[in-house]
Amino acid sequence: MSGMDDRKTNEDFILELQNIKKYFPIQKTLLDQIFVGRIDYVRAVDDISINVRRGEAFGLAGESGSGKTTIGRLSIGLEELTEGKVIFNGTDLASLKKEELRKLRQKMQVIFQDPMASLNPRMTLGTSVMQGLLIHYPEKADQHRDMVVSIFEKVGLTPANFYINKYPHQISGGQRQRVVIARALITRPDLVLADEPVAMADVSVRALLLDLMVQLKKEFNLTYLFITHDLATAKYICDRIGILYLGKLAEVATVQEVYQKPMHPYTKALLAAVPVPNPRKRRTEPMPEGEIPNPINPPSGCRFHPRCPLASEECSMIEPKLEELEPGHFVACHHAQLG
Amino acid sequence: MEKEKLVKIRDLSVSYQTRIGTVSAVDHVSFDIYKGEILGLVGESGCGKSTFGKALLRMIDPPGEISSGEIIFNGENIMEYDYDRLRDFRGRRASMIFQDPMTSLNPVQRVDEHLIETIQVHEPRTKQNLALQRSKVMIERLGIGMERLLSYPHQLSGGMRQRVMTGIGLILNADLIIADEATTSLDVIVEAKLADQLREIRNDFGVSLLLITHNIALVAEMADRIAVMYAGHLVEIGDIYKVFEKPKHPYTQGLLASVPNIRFDTKEQLYKMPGEPPNLTHPPLGCRFHPRCPHALPICSQREPSLLEIEAGWSVQCWLYQKQSNEERSD
Repeated sequence: MSGMDDRKTNEDFILELQNIKKYFPIQKTLLDQIFVGRIDYVRAVDDISINVRRGEAFGLAGESGSGKTTIGRLSIGLEELTEGKVIFNGTDLASLKKEELRKLRQKMQVIFQDPMASLNPRMTLGTSVMQGLLIHYPEKADQHRDMVVSIFEKVGLTPANFYINKYPHQISGGQRQRVVIARALITRPDLVLADEPVAMADVSVRALLLDLMVQLKKEFNLTYLFITHDLATAKYICDRIGILYLGKLAEVATVQEVYQKPMHPYTKALLAAVPVPNPRKRRTEPMPEGEIPNPINPPSGCRFHPRCPLASEECSMIEPKLEELEPGHFVACHHAQLG
Repeated sequence: MEKEKLVKIRDLSVSYQTRIGTVSAVDHVSFDIYKGEILGLVGESGCGKSTFGKALLRMIDPPGEISSGEIIFNGENIMEYDYDRLRDFRGRRASMIFQDPMTSLNPVQRVDEHLIETIQVHEPRTKQNLALQRSKVMIERLGIGMERLLSYPHQLSGGMRQRVMTGIGLILNADLIIADEATTSLDVIVEAKLADQLREIRNDFGVSLLLITHNIALVAEMADRIAVMYAGHLVEIGDIYKVFEKPKHPYTQGLLASVPNIRFDTKEQLYKMPGEPPNLTHPPLGCRFHPRCPHALPICSQREPSLLEIEAGWSVQCWLYQKQSNEERSD
């Protein structure tokens, strides 16, 4: 279906998403179901294929409702697929029993946006971080404390013995996110799903967290699936990035390619909308008309066509395929060359 | 180009009485807001920028209080207003747009009812159909679309809700709109459109806009001047072009250097500011930024610098720029 899966197969992919779909049924009352007899679906993720290379930081960016968070959750088996396949380290997640999937989770960990909501307020930081060890390495109980101390030091919570006995409310937001990072890394994962990990941090703290994530990626040979709405932040951590619009991939390439030579009209609009911290470079480009359509009845053809300045008749009828227009640069647009 | 002053804020302090002591959220802040300008007030969480915005409308609730200062609005000190005058002042002469329009709008009131109510509360003698007429004009002006007039807040998108909020703020021809993180919960494209709209409104209505935000890039995009707060202090204020080109205060320097930039022609490394903002129950002595400051002098930890005008319309609260003038004074 997409151009991305006929890529050279000798590459080492840690995560392969093959034509994945996730439709959420809309809750209706029983009466509605009997008399209308039809269930509507929100097509949160609609036929997306992505291959994430081992050791890279792959960004997924888009606005609210683009499906970026759902793709993340599908990637680590937190959500059931409607269609398609998720292959992690060569294993199809759907082929695993619940217990096997649980076992595999030590290799795929998550960092969420809100560290206060991610940490149990009644557990000390050390206990929180130790949970992963208790579940995945119960046989090494005598080493747990040392492992926790060592990971606290790695994420910059020093002196570790001071922080281990603290509770989440006693430390700052930036430090809390460090605890969440420590908890994700203590099981020695291969893949870390980071869903807006720095969105809540202040600018001065954000730079430190991003830097820490880059350092840890090198040190622990991690692969990141980095989900964000903030394209400016993605630039500092991602190698490649996929731009999503209404459950579809609009464009995929290296960050530099996408930011400097965007080919999809939506990517161009999205990039232009991001304010630049320089008053001499204020935006002059007009913004696209209208708002993001309803994902229950997405527009026919290309989903961006009602708002697209390049739209032609073809766009409203035929859905564009994601095609490799330049080496490694994939775009789903009938008129990508035009603009 | 002498600009007319709309608001003069002098020595404004807001403190909160808490179990662990007094928190000075806003500490002796003074500056002016000019007529028809967009002033960006930036700072990180807890720096006092939102508290400051609320204090301008005297909306500080106990255990907080405005512990000192004057707010001179169009020549009148609103600190002296009684309850009725204050109520009339809010909304009619200065209004506020908050971050989350869903919690600011009444879920069981339609768009038209919101606008009509706003008019009739302040101008009780306005006839229903006249108020409706004015509401329609405002709706049209903000590009909301007539068909939305009868919608309830939950039927609108986030961007539309924020436009309705803006309409409520504007419908009484207020002179000052305080936008407190008004675009923060919006997607970038929607945010960019609202930014365009706020700029147009300023141009058409000549209102002053105080843009309170943590989004420094947005201030670069929209504002005429920038004011930077740190730990309850105003540390720098000046022309947007000048401050971005050569920030004076070490905090402003660090802050601007740590803002991610989407362009590839800029520096690839973000500045990593050491430490975190202080706890305001026990702020550092002297300059509140000195523990994180790369240029700290011995005096910085002992005495608080004053906000000093170093160039016309450009003031900085930092010992680095006061040293000279102090030495001159003591000579």
